[in-house]
Amino acid sequence: MKTNSENSIIKVENLVKKFGGFVANDHLTFNVFEGEIFGFLGANGAGKTTAIKILCGLSAPTSGDVEVAGYDVYKQTEKIKKNIGYMSQKFSLYENLTIKENIRFFAGIYGLSGKVIKARMNELLESLQITHLKDALISSLPLGWKQKLAFSIAIFHKPKIVFLDEPTGGVDPITRRQFWDMIYETARSGITVFVTTHYMDEAEYCDRVSIMVDGRIDALDTPAELKKTFSATNMDEVFLKLARSS
Amino acid sequence: MGDFSVVVNQVSKSYGDVKAIENISFSVKKDELYGLIGPDGSGKTTIFRILTTLLLADTGIAIVEGFDVVKDYKAIRKISGYMPGRFSLYHDLSVEENLQFYATIFGTTIQKNYDLIKDIYVQSEPFKNRKAGKLSGGMKQKLALSCALIHQPTVLFLDEPTTGVDAVSRKEFWEMLKNLQQKGITIIVSTPYMDEAALCDKVALMQKGQILSIDTPEKIVQQYKFPLYRVLSDDMYSLHNDLNDFPEAISAHRFGDAIHLASNQEINYEDIYEFLTNKGHQQVEFQKITPDIEDCFMALMKDEN
Repeated sequence: MKTNSENSIIKVENLVKKFGGFVANDHLTFNVFEGEIFGFLGANGAGKTTAIKILCGLSAPTSGDVEVAGYDVYKQTEKIKKNIGYMSQKFSLYENLTIKENIRFFAGIYGLSGKVIKARMNELLESLQITHLKDALISSLPLGWKQKLAFSIAIFHKPKIVFLDEPTGGVDPITRRQFWDMIYETARSGITVFVTTHYMDEAEYCDRVSIMVDGRIDALDTPAELKKTFSATNMDEVFLKLARSS
Repeated sequence: MGDFSVVVNQVSKSYGDVKAIENISFSVKKDELYGLIGPDGSGKTTIFRILTTLLLADTGIAIVEGFDVVKDYKAIRKISGYMPGRFSLYHDLSVEENLQFYATIFGTTIQKNYDLIKDIYVQSEPFKNRKAGKLSGGMKQKLALSCALIHQPTVLFLDEPTTGVDAVSRKEFWEMLKNLQQKGITIIVSTPYMDEAALCDKVALMQKGQILSIDTPEKIVQQYKFPLYRVLSDDMYSLHNDLNDFPEAISAHRFGDAIHLASNQEINYEDIYEFLTNKGHQQVEFQKITPDIEDCFMALMKDEN
């Protein structure tokens, strides 16, 4: 992958987030490089969702410096929201709108003009080979298609970064791999991909992986280096060693 | 019927035009850990709802512990435990209140059945005054399992208990299931994680409302038809595309750090090495392997399509 380690698109320094006495994020420090696929792993309750909300400009840190796409998470949250895309397994598209309506709705929210929407929509429908389905309700599509479409819509406004929160949960193994093909294509087009997953084989597909334990980042490196450091044969073992030690 | 806990025979169910399950048949022996393995939309939840007497099948017969799911639904509800896919405990009740509630509904108490749930419940006990809605994913799942067990069921239905749960909690959860099995409880569990299939005594691989294959995990792996190889090189992205062009290739799929190449005949190391180095690959690694359940599932999916 052509990642540019000189340019960090996300800069996090000493990020702390407290809820009352509970420290959800405990002095996180990490950078995400432009154009890379960054895997954000951790056990349930380790603090991933809290950190993602902060990076997306939805929640302010208690302390620390955080910059996303060049903007400050305390003061420039609206700028951040315009420059990122977001997709999760739990919330993706409106089931009772058609494919076309969903595209127009989300693109409209990001302020794209009617002309641009039309041109990009045709391009997108063709590349996913679903032009004939443009007036079909989302609810009528199989889950795998929904997820692929939701991903395409999340990057429709050509954001600098896209956040994917467990995008492949529950999909069949072939669709899961097709989804990762799309992630690779997206990263090659220059969009940085920030992804969470519970499938440890998918951790191997990332350029770099961070692993959160109890609110801290306990490891951050390429999958190959992590396996070396923890003398593990795969990422599953790395994860178990880290998370069980807590 | 004596040896079987659950028997499903030719069961179908449609929702309007959508066929959720079609002519499904399988049987689960007493004390077996039985897995329904398949992605979302394969019909797993519909089967659970029929077996737990919450949904009527269109056609077919289903028997649980000798009771008919239609005629004897009341008897089945007393002896089965059910953990639905969606967290369905009361969010605004505390951990302990939820457990007490379920015990009372079944006319029993926590104390009476504490032995059965002890190992699982002790892990949520430190949070017993916390509202269930405020628990983390792994804790919610342990509480839900405790609630499903509080009336000492003989058969347990678990619908995707490990979905969205991290790798460590998943492993712990399966250890708990093995322990429950030792105590004489029949367990039917569904999962979209293919690696969990290997932990079951027997599995039904499912897709789009149909069963692709039923067998022990070992036999399913033995039935895989093709020679399978693990391949790596310095450029994994191109390797995937290039292997698809290899003349004898049937499929090439990413598996963690490597690619699994299935071929229609045995491949010599020299042939694949030459093929890949001609395409500019270096540090080629190549090794014959036994498939895992995910390899088998994908091969079966292709047969279907």
